[in-house]
Amino acid sequence: MARRQSYDGVVLAAPVSVPYERYSIETAHWWIARALRSTLQAAGLRPAELDGFTVSSFTLFPDTAVGLTQHLGLCPRWLDHIPMGGASGVVALRRAARAVQAGDADIVACVSGDTNHIDSFRSLLSSFSRFASDASYPYGYGGPNANFALLTDRYMSEYGTTRADFGRICVAQRDNALRNPHALMKKPLTLDDYLNARPIADPIALFDCVMPCAGAEAFLVMREEEAVRRNLPFARIKATIERHNAHAEDPIQLRGGWTLDVDELYEMAQCGPTDMDLVQTYDDYPVISMMQIEDLGFCEKGAAPEFLRDRDMTTKGDFPHNTNGGQLSAGQAGAAGGFIGLVEAIRQVTGQAEATQVKDAKRALVSGFGMINYDRGVCSAAAILEGAA
Amino acid sequence: MTTPLQPPARKNPQKRTLSPTRPPEARSRAALGLTAAAAEGRFALQVCGECGAVQYPPRDACSSCLSVDLPWQDVSPKGTLIAETQIRATTNLYFKDRLPWRTGTVQLDVGPSVICHVHGDCVKGTRVTLWNRLDRAGQGVLIAMPEERTPNMQDDPQLRAMTSDPKHRRVLITDGRNPNAPALAKALQTAGAAAVYVGEGETWRPYPERAALEALGVEFLALDVTDTASVTRMASEYGGKTDILINNARFLRPGGVLARRDTGFARDEIEVNYLGLMRLAQAFGPAMCGRTGDGVNSAAAWVNILAATSLCNTPEMGCFSASQAAARSLAQSLRGEFRASGLRVMNLYVGPTEDDWHQPLPPPKVTPNALARDLVSGLQNGLEDVYCGDVAKDMALKFQRDPKVLERELTMGGEG
Repeated sequence: MARRQSYDGVVLAAPVSVPYERYSIETAHWWIARALRSTLQAAGLRPAELDGFTVSSFTLFPDTAVGLTQHLGLCPRWLDHIPMGGASGVVALRRAARAVQAGDADIVACVSGDTNHIDSFRSLLSSFSRFASDASYPYGYGGPNANFALLTDRYMSEYGTTRADFGRICVAQRDNALRNPHALMKKPLTLDDYLNARPIADPIALFDCVMPCAGAEAFLVMREEEAVRRNLPFARIKATIERHNAHAEDPIQLRGGWTLDVDELYEMAQCGPTDMDLVQTYDDYPVISMMQIEDLGFCEKGAAPEFLRDRDMTTKGDFPHNTNGGQLSAGQAGAAGGFIGLVEAIRQVTGQAEATQVKDAKRALVSGFGMINYDRGVCSAAAILEGAA
Repeated sequence: MTTPLQPPARKNPQKRTLSPTRPPEARSRAALGLTAAAAEGRFALQVCGECGAVQYPPRDACSSCLSVDLPWQDVSPKGTLIAETQIRATTNLYFKDRLPWRTGTVQLDVGPSVICHVHGDCVKGTRVTLWNRLDRAGQGVLIAMPEERTPNMQDDPQLRAMTSDPKHRRVLITDGRNPNAPALAKALQTAGAAAVYVGEGETWRPYPERAALEALGVEFLALDVTDTASVTRMASEYGGKTDILINNARFLRPGGVLARRDTGFARDEIEVNYLGLMRLAQAFGPAMCGRTGDGVNSAAAWVNILAATSLCNTPEMGCFSASQAAARSLAQSLRGEFRASGLRVMNLYVGPTEDDWHQPLPPPKVTPNALARDLVSGLQNGLEDVYCGDVAKDMALKFQRDPKVLERELTMGGEG
């Protein structure tokens, strides 16, 4: 197999998050436009100067990235649409970085955004995937909650995990979210609150679930000299991986595609898990965060509960994790849920995270996980970012 | 162990009847293979014609070798329940009215893992058998069942939601004069029906089955399927308390087109077998459709007893078969029209029955008891198509294999 080439000379800059709202009367186009505008403004760019654009969204229908070029007045020479949900941030970064590296584009804006109307979540569910319509919705229509309840149930019986183990992740993230002025969740969460919450799909209860909302996230990919010329703080890409439909033979998902590529990830980045100053996992449910912590080499399979028991996951702690509160406490803005950790990581390693800033954060691991096509998440991806010294 | 289902309390007419809702109906074309198997109560999955890999969810190409040859085959329904949940929140109204709802993951011995409904008597980590049943949307769904029968297992609320079990339900048999009426009434009572109503046309005219029906204590209704006024009158009185309707009214005379000199008998056949069904559906259908969410004795099924020759004509009964084909076609329309409410249309296809009009035909013939047994078990299993007796089963297999070959077999002229 060919060796992956490095991303030398390509950087990430201008991270923006458009503050989330629980419900919005606006459209995905509106949210994406606001994120795109903010990221361009941060770099002092006019829309016409942008020559690369990629978008991720669930609620753009009937439009795609193509429709958005005309809608938003863009004339890119490189265009992509990445429908990979929770993996779309890292995957967008990968695609865009190679385009810039190869000279297919000078500056790529990676944008994700979704609206959330009163009935959006319900209608999104009803047309999510063919396998879901055929083989998962007819069974109680619990949506992702029911799917992840089954994975969580299996994980608990396999590894002896308790609900309190999951609860610690949620409690720490809420603590982080209280420092993030844009997080939707504003109230502190105790472990007792977590344990006594309303059951949703056993063993999953209210605080295991994200809150669907409207919002948008964006960042720019460009050559390093371009960022320097524009005086932008930037992050370098040390390594990335991506994998789809891994371990299809597993009867139920206890691991993801990271396991196939994780060695290459660290080899390419020339560092290991212990070198990370912060970790952003895809946290649609805490069991998935545990799965990533294991599969990305922080501990053995099944040992995440114990590993986390000894660690402080807040921004002030020894294992800063989902530093802006993650989706669990900041909200899940559709496909922007695949960007939230990445955009926050860029802020962190470039020293722009303000209240949620992890002290001396230089290196971050970002992980993405997406698309419950039937019974498990199909897409997985990860990236290691490093702030410019 | 399942808690035995209790008879429902008397209905409070001031309370609102639960509106009919259904589980999600949307399916891909491939997935309808599961529905087709469920209509007959079979457990079948796609099996790759080239590499033999068993597939699930249903798809258009083999996930092992990319072959597009994926016929549905009966496979082993055995597996292990490896994960479970009780769903306590949903945006779907049908399930919302029935929470909590138990689902799980079963790893099948034949390979795939499936997300399925889980019967209350199944224990996580143990062996289960998957049943393929029609849900209230009329689509095939899988439910994990205990390997061995458990007491009152048919009363499990999730299983019952997929069947048309007569237990605690009120059943209308439309024609008491049909020789099968006493056997039907008895079988339904044995299955726990709360009441059996039996329709009678021309009530002044005596008939041999009357005494047997009286002995069973059924309730007689003046109902003549050829008389719109009588059907409408009875529907206004009993439509709101008919949970299962069994249309056994039938007019039969032997012979094809040239065996008759006029269209007199054909008119009677159409009047009873086709228009009778239509009258009943127009009168009783709306009330039954409105009560499919009405608790323990909700309206559940509409049953047509059809001749197997409705599938393919046999000239010895040529004109009668044509009326049966018309009724079968109308039943298909009713399936579509009832679908939104979840009211199920079950067709019971029977071969020649043991009665006067089939006297010249050779055995095997279907006895009233056999017919009643298959009909009740079809309801208990929530089926849509039941083939009763060896002749009907044989005909159905041939029809599925090649309708043209069957047609030629049934329409061969004699020698010379």
